[in-house]
Amino acid sequence: MEPILQVKELSKQYGSRPALRKVSFELSSGRITGLLGSNGSGKTTLMKLIAGLSRPDTGEIFIGGVPVGEESRQLVSFMPDRPLTESWMSVGDALRFQADFYADFDPAKARRMLEFMRLRKQDKVKTLSKGMNERLQLTLALSRRAKLYMLDEPIGGVDPVARTRILDALMEFYEEDSTLLISTHLVSDIERIFDEVLFIKEGELVLQGEVEDIRLQRRKSIDELFREVFAEC
Amino acid sequence: MAIEFDNNQPIYLQIMNYLKVEIITGKLKPGDKIPSVRELAAELQINPNTVQRTFQELEREEIVETRRGMGRYVTGKEETIMTIKQEMAQDVLDRFIRGMQELGFQEDEIVSAVANSISKRRLEE
Repeated sequence: MEPILQVKELSKQYGSRPALRKVSFELSSGRITGLLGSNGSGKTTLMKLIAGLSRPDTGEIFIGGVPVGEESRQLVSFMPDRPLTESWMSVGDALRFQADFYADFDPAKARRMLEFMRLRKQDKVKTLSKGMNERLQLTLALSRRAKLYMLDEPIGGVDPVARTRILDALMEFYEEDSTLLISTHLVSDIERIFDEVLFIKEGELVLQGEVEDIRLQRRKSIDELFREVFAEC
Repeated sequence: MAIEFDNNQPIYLQIMNYLKVEIITGKLKPGDKIPSVRELAAELQINPNTVQRTFQELEREEIVETRRGMGRYVTGKEETIMTIKQEMAQDVLDRFIRGMQELGFQEDEIVSAVANSISKRRLEE
């Protein structure tokens, strides 16, 4: 089966600081991958490149065989770590914008998700708590029928109860035949939903592995391995 | 359903063990329908492919059977369940005996330690 995402020898530099160095990997359909790295390791840069929001210096990215560009953007649903919604918007406005931008927006799914998230259409974005705002961003991202979903730090900065709710929503609403790439530095809370993990450290891919194999072979959790790999960061 | 997961061990093995215990102790009975991959994944907040793997392994061990288009059911074969029960008991025993040997107990000492411990518990009850 053709991989849904192919990343080949990707490099990106900001000024004199390299953000990504020759990163290559592939993801296949129907799987959940954790993109793990400490702050500033290059996770967000990588996701922006895949989403087509920024251009690499060198290297190539293909989504479903299509090079990143206008066409690929319809295949990718990206939830950035900073909200795309404007503060004047209501929840309903945010959903309408998403529906206008993307042909694959599924209003019925959005309604079910709003209910699950206990969000109301009339709620103003600026009055939402951080946790409620994360829920809204997740609703916007998962309400599309995309091939590849990328969530940048979906559980960052929310309390453990809100985290559980977000994980519940993820497992409830993610499409099993699609691919999910989730970046996080909070590994222990979320590692059980991953099929595989990518470790990215100082812009380099240092490990790609199946999580159950890692547990079986190394007899340690992904969180433990993560702490070892990033100990000196 | 509540499982306290240990992230140091493969998750599919932990779910397998959990379901086996449910079956052995009769909480899940022969012929009972077991939850779908989707339901169990959502309930336990784990990856659906992990649940899928659990079910495949349980099918391979013939503890669970798939009826086409209807879902998965606990096997009706009592002897399969008995075999699994004995296997799991053997695992517990092996681990216990190894632990006792590491503490320096000889085989006959282990046997009498178990007997003593059980009679003491009976007195307390």
